[in-house]
Amino acid sequence: MEGVELLMLDYTKEHQVYIKNINTRKKKIILTRLIILVAFFALWEIAGDLGWIDPFLTSTPSRMWKNLIKLYAEGTLFRHIGITCFETILGFLLSTVIGTVIAILLWWSDFISDVLDPYIVVLNALPKIALAPIIIFWAGNGMSTIIVITILISVIVTIINVFHGFKTVDRDKIRLLKTFGASKFQILTYLIIPSSIPTLISALKINVGLSWVGVIMGEFLVAKEGLGFLIIYGGQISQLDTVMVSIIILSILAYLMYEAVELVEKKLTKIMLH
Amino acid sequence: MPINNCKLAGDDILSKLTVKDVFMNYHSLKGFTKALTDISFSVEEGEFLSIVGPSGCGKTTLLNIIAGLIKPSCGEIFIDNENLDSVSSKIGYMFQRDHLFEWSSVWNNITLGIKIQHKSPDLYKDKITSLLKNYGLMDFVNYYPDELSGGMRQKVALIRTLALNPEVLLLDEPFSALDYQTRLNISDEIFKILKEEGKTVIMVTHDISEAISMSNRILVLSKRPAKIRKIFNITFSESYNSPLKCREDPEFRIYFNNIWKELNY
Repeated sequence: MEGVELLMLDYTKEHQVYIKNINTRKKKIILTRLIILVAFFALWEIAGDLGWIDPFLTSTPSRMWKNLIKLYAEGTLFRHIGITCFETILGFLLSTVIGTVIAILLWWSDFISDVLDPYIVVLNALPKIALAPIIIFWAGNGMSTIIVITILISVIVTIINVFHGFKTVDRDKIRLLKTFGASKFQILTYLIIPSSIPTLISALKINVGLSWVGVIMGEFLVAKEGLGFLIIYGGQISQLDTVMVSIIILSILAYLMYEAVELVEKKLTKIMLH
Repeated sequence: MPINNCKLAGDDILSKLTVKDVFMNYHSLKGFTKALTDISFSVEEGEFLSIVGPSGCGKTTLLNIIAGLIKPSCGEIFIDNENLDSVSSKIGYMFQRDHLFEWSSVWNNITLGIKIQHKSPDLYKDKITSLLKNYGLMDFVNYYPDELSGGMRQKVALIRTLALNPEVLLLDEPFSALDYQTRLNISDEIFKILKEEGKTVIMVTHDISEAISMSNRILVLSKRPAKIRKIFNITFSESYNSPLKCREDPEFRIYFNNIWKELNY
């Protein structure tokens, strides 16, 4: 009996060591990330203060901080952030929904998907921003143009990815449903959509990034508010502090939104796999 | 010259299921391939018929035609004397792999066909519950397919097919995805299930031993374009009454050699 207990003890100890090693590694990674971040900003600040680089061209963290406080004091900071976020989320949702609906249509009819194939290839290859002048004429000099540009940029990729996901569903599973006498709509809802959830999520992830591109591009062209506007405006009045602050805020927002999608992914996978 | 000589349907059909003068050609831009030529046979109620043949000879095509999933170039299928021209609820189909939906629980997988046919699961509840109990799966109804072993998954797939109470079951190499040991055990178990339920079965397989151990008759198909080469009647003495036991019957080896010769003519 003693021998067995001793053996058990050893296993627990071994396992504790294993857990400890994993935790130490995690901590090391987080610590190194922080060091890189702090070092980057510290070096930036020192280089600017000591005149190694020209703060007019590169700004410095302290000048950016002052600029941030100023924007906040003017009361416009959160308005700019809010507008850009709103445009991005709306564009993201619309392009995901529109893209998925079109993908369903293509899946539904082989004839339609074969007919449209070359057009989709052309639209995918076309730099959508080239259409901006036309869109400004059609949708006006405001938010609707930004949303349309955002949708244009991400919708084609969504269609292609989701449609591909639909097409790779196991044909025998479709055959199985047919032996039960399933209609096309039942095949779609019982099989195609649930088994394409992973594809849909990866489409979401790509769309998050593309929506930011669309919104900022759109704001460069038409906006009077928003972070994209701040960046262009800061550049025009040679206020690179504003430009840098906006870019940093943008990075943080983009990161947060990506994390939000990841959270949705985890939730969905959890539901899918029980 | 016509591609094949389609014949008209006969009149004296009394079997559970009859395949009459079936021809099947596959067309592509380059031309056409004859897959099946002049296939006719019938299956009696409660009979277990196996179809063996060289790989790629069109066994699965034949099964798909019987299931009503594809239309033959010509020929007809009758079930209980009725001409079958689309998917019928009298027929159940079991595939090589279990094709359970990973995102649904065992219960939801089993009731899939019932839901698709807009029938109330409550009507079938007793039947399914007794199947689950008999085959030792009652404790697993709320599990998900990835928590089950290969053999259990195949049994769930069988219950999914049996839940709709089909009269004729089509099995397309139903055990080939399982490892050898599980395969022997599961085929034994599933054979018992099918006999207890009194089902008429048509099984496609490339495993001669499996066919001999389970069937009443074995239909041997030739290479493509497939014709019926020969039909073997399989009988074992009373003491060898299960697929596992009958492998010990001296007759088993004789059947095996005969079918083997027929396949490698």
